[in-house]
Amino acid sequence: MNTPSLSRAFALLLWRDLLLAYRRRTEMINPLLFFVLVTTLFPLGIGADPALLRQVAPGIIWVAALLAAMLSLDSVFRSDFEDGSLEQFLISAQPLSILVLAKVVAHWLITGLPLLIVAPLLGLLLDLPAASISTLLVTLALGTPVLSMIGAIGVALTVGLHRGGVILSLLVLPLYIPVLIFAANAVESAGAGLPIVAHLSLLTALLVLSTSLSPLATAAALKISLS
Amino acid sequence: MLRFFHQLGSPKHFYRIAGRWIPWLAAACAALMLIGLYQGMVVAPPDYQQGDSYRIMFIHVPSAWMSLFIYIVMAVAGAIGLIWHMKLAEVIAISSAPIGASFTFLALVTGSIWGKPMWGAWWVWDARLTSELILLFLYLGVMALYSAVEDKRTAARATAILAIVGVVNIPIIHYSVEWWNTLHQGPTVTKFGAPSIDLRMLIPLLVMAVAFKLFYATVVLMRARVEVLQRERNAQWVRELVDIS
Amino acid sequence: MTGTGAIFCLEASGLGCVRDDRSLFEDLSFRLSSGQVLLLEGRNGSGKTSLLRLLCGMRQPDAGEIRWDGEDIFGLGPDYHTHIAYVGHKDGVKHDLTAFENLKLARGLAAPNLDTSIEDALRQVELWGFDDVAARNLSAGQQRRLALARLLVTRANLWILDEPFTSLDSRGIAIVETLFSNHVAHGGMLAVTSHHQVQLGDAETIRIDLSS
Repeated sequence: MNTPSLSRAFALLLWRDLLLAYRRRTEMINPLLFFVLVTTLFPLGIGADPALLRQVAPGIIWVAALLAAMLSLDSVFRSDFEDGSLEQFLISAQPLSILVLAKVVAHWLITGLPLLIVAPLLGLLLDLPAASISTLLVTLALGTPVLSMIGAIGVALTVGLHRGGVILSLLVLPLYIPVLIFAANAVESAGAGLPIVAHLSLLTALLVLSTSLSPLATAAALKISLS
Repeated sequence: MLRFFHQLGSPKHFYRIAGRWIPWLAAACAALMLIGLYQGMVVAPPDYQQGDSYRIMFIHVPSAWMSLFIYIVMAVAGAIGLIWHMKLAEVIAISSAPIGASFTFLALVTGSIWGKPMWGAWWVWDARLTSELILLFLYLGVMALYSAVEDKRTAARATAILAIVGVVNIPIIHYSVEWWNTLHQGPTVTKFGAPSIDLRMLIPLLVMAVAFKLFYATVVLMRARVEVLQRERNAQWVRELVDIS
Repeated sequence: MTGTGAIFCLEASGLGCVRDDRSLFEDLSFRLSSGQVLLLEGRNGSGKTSLLRLLCGMRQPDAGEIRWDGEDIFGLGPDYHTHIAYVGHKDGVKHDLTAFENLKLARGLAAPNLDTSIEDALRQVELWGFDDVAARNLSAGQQRRLALARLLVTRANLWILDEPFTSLDSRGIAIVETLFSNHVAHGGMLAVTSHHQVQLGDAETIRIDLSS
């Protein structure tokens, strides 16, 4: 097993998933709409006082992003499970964890990256100051890949189940808490003019940790789910 | 010694040996718990600030310790089951989950009762309590996954992965919650942060901790025996056992 | 095609499989060498699919072991996978990709740096001309043939096939049988379950009936 063949398998699968997403591009809109919709619900529920909204905006946007990321998770392995592609990955000559990594990266590019594009808009809706909006983007860029990585483990464990969706949220949401805490706090601190280096370093650490460990756990979970 | 462990690995011998241990463990647990409760409720002096209400600590603190301890046991047993394909480790892991969840729940309830006179509210987003609540969710996730997967061997292996992922995350979650707590509320009153705890309070606390561990050992063996019977219900020795009784 | 001329052997000893508390088979042993066919027979639910999945290394046997050239297949891991190709109940065909793209992907996953011809594979299953058609627009039989064309773009020695003739018409069956006899004649191995009587010329066949 040499490195060029590993990176070729990685690139091939990444290309495939992006191509598949492109051919079903209308489906990409759904998590985005969800993200925007949930955020819109909050002012309606708690009142439209700008000062109040500004104070709770980081938390709202991040909770909405968390839920949007979780809802879109199911599609990481679902269609590959149903048409038998996942079995083929399992008996591929390439290590499963590399294939998993490619799939999760593709999934993030399809569902996570678009969140970054609409997030500033939501920031404006909730009257976030400019400094907070740029921090929001940085935290989303660092944090949402972590959500995809952790979520992939949960999906791999529940992919064979008929009602996997509800259980998935129970498995995954508690593990999302650290990302929520560091990211939402960073946005809040930036709004108050406080330093956010610590928050961002911690988020980066989570990103590195989850990228290196989660593909292994996901691969192991897939092997068990498909046995 | 090696032969002993090998025997313990076989379901039939485990069933027999565990059956012999359970009464002794239960008796020791009951004795220690009586001693601990007597010492804690009667002998230990009242707290100079909290009066007698602090005595719930003798239940709360060991429960909180157990909640984390059992999760770690579950993850370690799960890992052993995954790596060495030891069925008994799988059984222990999965039998531990509901007990751990119960201790976590107990720690939450006693914590909130303890907090009521101190904070004036049943629930305060205190770092320890919040961590404990998240731990409860982790336990419930493990139990939900186990009951959702139909093939029980697959289920045990899947929950083992989840428990290991959980154990890696627990320190991160714990740290992040503490951090969040200090940012949002400032330091709250720590409940037992007193540097020098009276020896008359410390001893019953430790006695109770040991009693809770024995309780866990007793119950996990009882649950594991049932689980073994269920899994091996087609095996010859189980049929013989049922015939006799 | 295999074409390496090397002799391989797949050996199962004392295999047992338990599914949902039911023992599907116990103490099953056989030995399959290059140029031989393993034909699994038995009623529905007798464990044919489970046995094939054991042979793929997708599931751990509950008892016994499977060795490839004397080494446990779980120890070999991905190295074993370079020797096998599997077509199961599910086609493993991506409906939103074209026939050509499907095979390109299969080739990339099968083994590093393969240069087998996709055109050649598609011609052999008589799908050349459909190469740029999205798989969803192919008929069920054509999709099955596309799935089987995957066998040709890998260099696998051992083909593991679960009901390969499902939804094929008589022409399709003839095409696939030709592929199989060619593969075996070139020293390949076949492990197959089928309700259809497989015609493979004079290939040496090991029959296992799981119902008994």
